[in-house]
Amino acid sequence: MNLYEGNKGDRIRIKEVAIEGVMRRRLLDLGFVPGAVVDVLKKSPLGDPIAFRVSHTTIALRKEESIKITGELIQDDNE
Amino acid sequence: MEYSPENERQSFRELLNQANELSTSSLRDEVVSSLYQTSQQICSRTVRFTKSKEDKKTERLDAIFTSPIWGFPIMLIMLGLIFYLTIAGANVPSSMLANFFTWLEDYISMAFFALNSPDWLHGVLVLGLYRGTTWVISVMLPPMAIFFPTFALLESYGYLPRVAFNMDRLFKKVGAHGKQSLTMAMGFGCNAAAVLSTRIIESPRERMLAILTNNFVPCNGRWGTLIVLASLFMAAGFTGGMKTLVSSGVIVGIVIFGIFVTFAVSWVLSKTMLKGVPTHYTLELPPYRRPKFFDTIVRSSLNKSYAVLMRAIKIAAPAGILTWVFANIYIGDTSIFMYGVNFLDPFAQSLGLDGYIMLAFLLGLPANEVVLPILLMGYLSTGSMLEVDNLADLKNIFLDQGWTWLTALNMMLFSLLHYPCGTTLINIYKETKSYKWTFVAFLIPTVIAIGVTFAVAQLVRGMGWV
Amino acid sequence: MTTNEVYRIALAGNPNTGKSTLFNALTGLKQHTGNWAGKTVSLAEGSVHYKKNTYRLIDLPGTYSLYSNSTDEEVARNYIVFEKPHVTLVVLDATSLERNLNLALQVMEMTSNVIVCVNLIDEAKKRGIEIDELKLMRQLGVPVLKISARNKTGFPALLDTIDRMIRGEISTSPYAIQYNDETEGKISQLVPNVKKLVGDRFPSRWIALRLLDGDTSLLDEIQKRMHQEEESTWNTVQKTSGSHLENF
Ligand SMILES: Nc1nc2c(ncn2[C@@H]2O[C@H](COP(=O)(O)OP(=O)(O)OP(=O)(O)O)[C@@H](O)[C@H]2O)c(=O)[nH]1
Ligand SMILES: [Mg+2]
Repeated sequence: MNLYEGNKGDRIRIKEVAIEGVMRRRLLDLGFVPGAVVDVLKKSPLGDPIAFRVSHTTIALRKEESIKITGELIQDDNE
Repeated sequence: MEYSPENERQSFRELLNQANELSTSSLRDEVVSSLYQTSQQICSRTVRFTKSKEDKKTERLDAIFTSPIWGFPIMLIMLGLIFYLTIAGANVPSSMLANFFTWLEDYISMAFFALNSPDWLHGVLVLGLYRGTTWVISVMLPPMAIFFPTFALLESYGYLPRVAFNMDRLFKKVGAHGKQSLTMAMGFGCNAAAVLSTRIIESPRERMLAILTNNFVPCNGRWGTLIVLASLFMAAGFTGGMKTLVSSGVIVGIVIFGIFVTFAVSWVLSKTMLKGVPTHYTLELPPYRRPKFFDTIVRSSLNKSYAVLMRAIKIAAPAGILTWVFANIYIGDTSIFMYGVNFLDPFAQSLGLDGYIMLAFLLGLPANEVVLPILLMGYLSTGSMLEVDNLADLKNIFLDQGWTWLTALNMMLFSLLHYPCGTTLINIYKETKSYKWTFVAFLIPTVIAIGVTFAVAQLVRGMGWV
Repeated sequence: MTTNEVYRIALAGNPNTGKSTLFNALTGLKQHTGNWAGKTVSLAEGSVHYKKNTYRLIDLPGTYSLYSNSTDEEVARNYIVFEKPHVTLVVLDATSLERNLNLALQVMEMTSNVIVCVNLIDEAKKRGIEIDELKLMRQLGVPVLKISARNKTGFPALLDTIDRMIRGEISTSPYAIQYNDETEGKISQLVPNVKKLVGDRFPSRWIALRLLDGDTSLLDEIQKRMHQEEESTWNTVQKTSGSHLENF
């Protein structure tokens, strides 16, 4: 699944960031690195962007980007 | 190898080629992920989380501030509340200041007469310089000393990024960058500073959009004009708290209209001169942090008061002198000022304004703060009434000159939409290094201001509403 | 040893970590602060007097990294590498140390005169985040201090550390990230050639790494710098802090 499909409360471990160039760089800087765990926090009132929690910070991404970051849903048990 | 610039350039080029050959895209990823792994490792050894839960307070507040139902109404209410507080709170100190300065003016004038100083000197220094400066101070200072601390509290609390989060979709629709909400918020303070703040937008195209449209949020120098006109003419039928409420409502309406124009202009530009699709966007939502209440208030009100005073001295004072001089040097039996007024009047009338207003806007190019004072000095130099003791007198001056609510509305609209002030234009040039774009930044608002006021004037007159 | 000298101290760090707040608290100036990323967009300078010395503090724009993806990053990076401040203070947000350390590690690749300030320590305490600064110091190989810029705690130790670093009493051994063998191999291929061109003026390993990363504008910048070394450095920073809008 990709981050855009995530529902509020989902926890996703990133597998791939299928974006190139500067934006890839920026996303990696912010912690969207393969292996990182991302919490889906909430949608903006108009549906997009969506806020994610990644490495203890909250970052909002537009659909264009979040749809290209894929990973797998993980069980919410361990911290 | 012998040193020469050519050799040096050559070896730099060789180095670059070598690097390009070795560079691969997987290498770039490797660099970043090594970094991340290292910091993760270090953190896992040095940081301990003793509470399992993340910041619940921020999450709960975000559920309200960015709620699908409440998100937008809350933004409106916040905006309205700030203006309500500003107008309600500034009223009394403003008139106190105005009274004080008029009272003082009498004594200063007496001193001038006692010293047998020539009329023109009294004119230049008291009727020009003193009045121009004190007007700016009494009209601008109190609202600014309330508006900015309130705004600064919201800003240091962390509310602004939430506005950007809520509004992003709209900006995306018109081809602009979501962080434009942040630069617009800075524009409330000062458009010139906001032009610099557009540096947070990385894509040049979207940054240019933010620069070209920033002017459609009213700044520091225009709040005074908007507040005075709204409370004199738009809320005329009301009294007390209701009056303040209506005035704030009108100002919120003006601000929203400005935002609407921003969207429209951004959309058109994205389809024409600045074609392109929205680029990437990331927005950090920091945790809410309780501001240092007292510090924030004191610091921002002192800062702003100081800024207003400095502007008054640097710009309003010379503008005051100049206006007085122009209004008192006669060629034939008409002053230079009146030549300007008469020249501009037919055009201004078609916009629902008059020649004085138009001339004030033109002379106000260096700073929006001086538009209203110049206008008043213009009126006073011709009218019968020579002193403005309070807002009621002020309204009478306007009415004497044939003002209606349409004049006030269109002056507000023109103030909202017209060309950026001189400082802003200079900053736009510095940031874009382009005369073309600086001119565009001047042209677009000017055309829109003329178009909108013309349309409103024709509509209102055509329907016989005034 | 030295008296009445002026030393330049740069404040670097992620956006919204309290750099301007620290700057204000130390210099008594009033740079704007705000709880959002990107409040400061241009350089600001102010001075602090401490033990007969004057420190010129430079408040850099906050950046997530120093890879010159944006104007801000370039301004911050250029300042640290080319203007060579005597000390670079890296201001970190204690509540998101992991991401923040990234930038600290990057700065430590560029210069060894680094002091790490873990700011917002009051917030971290509230949220039950405990940071072992001694361990962190040993790991990073540079001084680490916990401060709260807003509550003005931890300043004496910070100023003292700056003072001692300037007097050469602190020797650092910044953590050097080891990349995989392939990358390290490429770095060692480039480093000698970089050294030949720039000598010891600029950190050659870092330059090699940036070149491998495809940062082509860096070499132009270096060339430019080498020709105007004598010129007032401040102006050049101001110029480069302009924008990318010129391409329009
Ligand atoms: N609780 C707490 N808040 C702090 C502290 N230091 C800074 N802040 C707050 O953090 C926010 C960001 O501070 P700034 O100084 O503007 O951050 P900055 O690093 O200059 O940010 P940029 O200019 O965007 O890079 C402000 O709202 C400060 O009041 C601290 O030690 N404790
Ligand atoms: Mg700052």
